[in-house]
Amino acid sequence: MIRLLEARAISKYFGGLTALSEVSLTINKGEVYGLIGPNGAGKTTLFNVLTGAYVPDEGEFVFDGTELPTGKPHRVVEQGIARTFQNIRLFRDMTALENVMAGHHIRTRATIWGILTQNRRTREEERLTTERAFELLRYVGIERFARTVSKNLSYGDQRRLEIARALATEPRLLALDEPAAGMNATETGRLRELIERIRSDGTTVLLIEHDVKLVMGLCDRIAVLDFGKKIAEDVPAEVQRNPAVIEAYLGGGHHAQ
Amino acid sequence: MNELAELVPYLGKHKPRAARALVILLALVAPLIAIMFGRTWVRVLDFALLYMMLALGLNLVVGYAGLLDLGYIAFYAVGAYTWAFLASPHFAEAFPALAAGIGAADGIHLPFWLVLPIGAALAAMAGIILGFPVLRLRGDYLAIVTLGFGEIVRIFMNNLNYPVNITNGPQGINLLDSMNLFGWDLARSIKLWGVKIDSLFFYYYFFLLCVVGSILFIQRLQISRIGRAWAAMRDDELAAKAIGINIRNMKLLAFALGATFGGVAGGLFGAFQGFVSPESFSLMESIAVLVMVVFGGMGNIAGAIVGALILTALPEILRHIALPIQQALFGQVLLDPEVLRMLLYSLAMILMMLLRPGGLIPAHARYSRPEYVAVGEARA
Repeated sequence: MIRLLEARAISKYFGGLTALSEVSLTINKGEVYGLIGPNGAGKTTLFNVLTGAYVPDEGEFVFDGTELPTGKPHRVVEQGIARTFQNIRLFRDMTALENVMAGHHIRTRATIWGILTQNRRTREEERLTTERAFELLRYVGIERFARTVSKNLSYGDQRRLEIARALATEPRLLALDEPAAGMNATETGRLRELIERIRSDGTTVLLIEHDVKLVMGLCDRIAVLDFGKKIAEDVPAEVQRNPAVIEAYLGGGHHAQ
Repeated sequence: MNELAELVPYLGKHKPRAARALVILLALVAPLIAIMFGRTWVRVLDFALLYMMLALGLNLVVGYAGLLDLGYIAFYAVGAYTWAFLASPHFAEAFPALAAGIGAADGIHLPFWLVLPIGAALAAMAGIILGFPVLRLRGDYLAIVTLGFGEIVRIFMNNLNYPVNITNGPQGINLLDSMNLFGWDLARSIKLWGVKIDSLFFYYYFFLLCVVGSILFIQRLQISRIGRAWAAMRDDELAAKAIGINIRNMKLLAFALGATFGGVAGGLFGAFQGFVSPESFSLMESIAVLVMVVFGGMGNIAGAIVGALILTALPEILRHIALPIQQALFGQVLLDPEVLRMLLYSLAMILMMLLRPGGLIPAHARYSRPEYVAVGEARA
């Protein structure tokens, strides 16, 4: 097992509210790692802290041996972590293709001067970016909508496009925030195939998901958050049997009092 | 240059090549037609071209990057005053001893190829100075701060005649050098085979060249990684961050590049007009340029061009019709032309909001190179 990402005692407070309390977890290279928990448990906050949208109050992330910069989203993406959003966030006035091309931004280098003169290097880079975007659209299965403005895509296709855009940043860790939310059974099935393919092609996946069937079937290991604390971290079968997890989801004795 | 075809309503869609040829032809012969109605109209066309440059530059900031800027005219002022300071007798008048000491007894008169880049660079710097404090602001807040910035620059121009006379205060600076292209003075009319060619024509074609250059540059920006980053930032800043776009740099770049166009246009304005004063850079001018961009259609080149052309020409036409009518009807002029201009702009805005909320030419800008997209599609 090679460690890819290590969260070390991450804490995050919003005023008096403890959103995350000393959460530590380890994600290994090549696995699909699930992050579950009731609503408000801190899953998305952990995502936001990891990807640099928020600065953690305590703790740090170590990614592939180096500490991640905090509060600098573009540096985190550069290191190789990409994310999608719970409520889809596409660039609505751009076509599907351009959305993916925009995702490649961080891996391109053209300067103002190169763009002004359209020198060979800039043109070549632009050609490769276009080509790569087509490949990714094909990869997620929506290449026929390359020219469609993204706000006109169907819900499921928008989800796929968001994943393609995240993959365009060439991540080593892909963080998906509830990718199956709002999908029907067929769409979820196709999504599952896609995530499995992403993993087998060498990208590690961190997955927040409410669809229990999907999580249990897909993930190699699962961490459970409740009230900002990690209450379990194990293989799916063990997590399902864990009394603390059952209590968090179904309500235990002290909640009922 | 696909954008050019969009300028022609029906033809542009069905026969883009013919439309493009038509636009180029019209641009070339426009002053020849205008001169039939008098020199004033060639002058109006010259100004329309300057406003086009301003609208194109502001469109970069507002239309592409989505940053509302109500103080854009400040960059125009920076460009114009740079020209005024570096290419006029002003320096010798303000600092006679110093001027005589460095052998510039009749003022500094640098050539255009030095003054324009300096003006552009100073404007870009002003853009960055404006950009830094407003990085975290959006929408209304951004608009207020940029508005304040525009006013501050104007007030500086108004008051920087003391203790050191840099701008000559409210009187402005006079006798600016005209555009001199390596010995060819554009302000001089030429007699060729017995036909007198008015200097306004030379300025027209020179400005046209500048506008074409601006269009080419902006078009290339639009289909580049920078154009996509701006559009991404405009559509969803959070998502743009999540794909690794450095929001700070991209915003500063938008402000700086937009300001560059303003600075160049300002320099051209100074050379063309021969006179600058703070009056030319009021808030109303910022709003006028913004109205041109919004009226034409935000976020596309054709929109900025059409907006600038219509909203420069229409008030002039109105002035020539409205003044005689008022004289005939009331025996006096009740509504000043400048008031009419603002009235017309407001009317244009209201009509646009009601009838065509996307502007005359609604944006459907593309951010990828069509030929590469075609290749990818053929392969798919």
